[in-house]
Amino acid sequence: MLKDQDRIFTNLYGMHDRTLAGARARGHWDGTAGIIEKGRDWIVSQMKASGLRGRGGAGFPTGLKWSFMPKESDGRPAYLVVNADESEPGTCKDREIMRHDPHTLIEGCLIASFAMGAHTAHIYIRGEYIREREALQAAIDEAYDAGLIGRNACGTGFDFDLHITHGAGAYICGEETALLESLEGKKGMPRMKPPFPAGAGLYGSPTTVNNVESIAVVPTILRRGPEWFAGFGRANNSGTKIFAISGHVNNPCVVEESMSISFEELIEKHCGGIRGGWDNLKAVIPGGSSVPVVRGENMRDAIMDFDYLRDELGSGLGTAAVIVMDQSVDIIKAIWRLSKFYKHESCGQCTPCREGTGWMMRVMERLVRGEAEVEEIDMLFDVSKQVEGHTICALGDAAAWPVQGLIRNFRDEIEDRIKAQKTGRMAAE
Amino acid sequence: MADTAPEPNAETLADLIEAQRHLEGPLLPILHTIHEAYGHIPDTAPALIADRLNIGRAEVHGVISFYHDFRRLPAGRHVVKICRSEACQSVGGAALSEAVLAKLGIGWGETTANGAVTVEPVYCLGLCASGPAAMVDGKVIGMLDTDRFDRVLAELGA
Repeated sequence: MLKDQDRIFTNLYGMHDRTLAGARARGHWDGTAGIIEKGRDWIVSQMKASGLRGRGGAGFPTGLKWSFMPKESDGRPAYLVVNADESEPGTCKDREIMRHDPHTLIEGCLIASFAMGAHTAHIYIRGEYIREREALQAAIDEAYDAGLIGRNACGTGFDFDLHITHGAGAYICGEETALLESLEGKKGMPRMKPPFPAGAGLYGSPTTVNNVESIAVVPTILRRGPEWFAGFGRANNSGTKIFAISGHVNNPCVVEESMSISFEELIEKHCGGIRGGWDNLKAVIPGGSSVPVVRGENMRDAIMDFDYLRDELGSGLGTAAVIVMDQSVDIIKAIWRLSKFYKHESCGQCTPCREGTGWMMRVMERLVRGEAEVEEIDMLFDVSKQVEGHTICALGDAAAWPVQGLIRNFRDEIEDRIKAQKTGRMAAE
Repeated sequence: MADTAPEPNAETLADLIEAQRHLEGPLLPILHTIHEAYGHIPDTAPALIADRLNIGRAEVHGVISFYHDFRRLPAGRHVVKICRSEACQSVGGAALSEAVLAKLGIGWGETTANGAVTVEPVYCLGLCASGPAAMVDGKVIGMLDTDRFDRVLAELGA
C-alpha cells in the first residue's frame, strides 16, 4: 500500500486549503525556477527515466512524446494542450485534481511547456465541469498574481500563458485531434493522423496533448527524482496512479495507489471489499467504459497495470476507472447501455462507426430481451471487428471493445437467454 | 442568467461577438458568451457570426448543432439540471427526477407552461457522495428528496 509521504496528490479529497498558500505549504511550487534552469533536455530525459506513461488511457510514454516536439522553432509557435475533457464513463480522477489540487496541474503546465518550448498552454475542460473550471481559473489567477506564470514566470525569464477553454458537451472532444478541432472553434471531428499533433497540431503548429494527471505529476517527479517514481510498480508500468473505483463495492472511492497493485488489495484496502463478498463479484470493467469487461473470477488476482490487463486479460488499464459489478447486474443490459452511449456520441464522420454503433446497439437491444438467434452472436462479433480499426479515431474501437468483451466472457449468458426466450421461460436466477 | 435575458438585437449581438473576436479559435467562446447572455443561441446569431468570422453559415450551424450544451430555443426563467448518472441513480435519483417531471408535467429538456422552469439532464455534477444532486441556475444542491425539491421548485415559481 502506498505510504502517505509518497502521495503526489495530498489534497485529493479537498480536506485542506486549495489556495496557493495551501499548495505551497504542501510542497508545490517549491524550487520551480531551479527545475526550469536545468534546461529542456534535462527535464525530458528525467521524464523518460521516470517511465511515466500517459494517464489518459493509451499509456504512451510521456517523456518520449515530449521529445517529438521540434527542438528549434521554424517560426511557428508550439503549444501544450491539456486534455481535461474527462468524459469516459466511470472516470472521475481529473476532476478531483482540478477542483482540490489545481496547483499541481498549473505547475506541471509551466514545466511541461518549458520542456517543449511552448509559451502558451491551453487546458480544454469539458462543458459539464462548471465548478472545476471555476476552481481552476481561481488558481490560475492566483498563480498569475504571484508571478509564477505570465511574463517572466517564476523569475526565469520564460514567458508563459495558460488559458482555459470550456467545451460544450461532446464526448468525442476527448480524442486529441477532435479536441484540437474544438479548440479552433470547429465541430469536434477527429483528424487523420499523420500528421501527428507534434508536427502539425493546433493551428497547424507543433502541439502536444497530455492528460491532466500526466501533467500534474510532473513537478513532483522532477523534485523527487525519476528513480523514486520508477520505484513503484512493475517494470515498464511505473509510478503512482489515481484509481477511481465505482459500482458494487462497499465504499466507492478515488484513491492514489502505486501501479501494479493487485485488484484484491485495491478493493480490500480502500473500498471495504465487494458488496456481498468476493463470491458475489460478477464482472469488472477495469479501465473506463471503453475497455473490454473481465469476468469476476479472473479479476481477483489481477495486477492493475497496463501490461498485465492487456496481455493476460485482454482488457486494459485505460483511465483506471474501475467499474465493479456484482451478481445483481444484468451484464448484457449493462453493455447495451454502453453501446447506446457510443451510438449517441459517435461524431458521424466515419461510416463504420456512425452506422456500426447504431447497428451494434440494436442487436444488443434484442440480445437483452433474448429475441435473437444464437448465430447472431457471431455476426455481432464480426460486425464489431469491422468497426474496430477502420475509423479515424479510437471511438470506433471504444465502441467495439465492450461488445467483444461481453461475447468473449459472457457468451453462455447470452445463449441461455436466447434459449430461455425460445422455450418461453426466462432462465431461473 | 436566463431571467434577465434581453431581446436579442443585432447591435448587442455584434458587441458580444466583437468582444471575443480577438481570441484564437473564437467561435466556441462567442457561442458560450451569447448562450450566457440570452440563455440560448438566437436564430439571428449564426448569420452575424458567420459574417464577422468570415466563415460559412453552414459551418456555424454545424458547430451549434454538434455540441449538446447549446440551446436553440429560449429556456425558462430558471434552468434546473438533474444528475442522471449512476451514483445519483443508485440513491434514488431516477425516481426523484421522474417525480419532478411528473409534477411539472414536462419531459426532459422542456419548459413548464408558465415559462418558469426548464429541466435538463446532466451527467455527473461531481457530488457523487451526496446525491441525488441537481444544479439550479448554476448552483449545485445535493442530498435532494422530493420534499426538498418541491420547496426549490416553489421558490422558482414553478
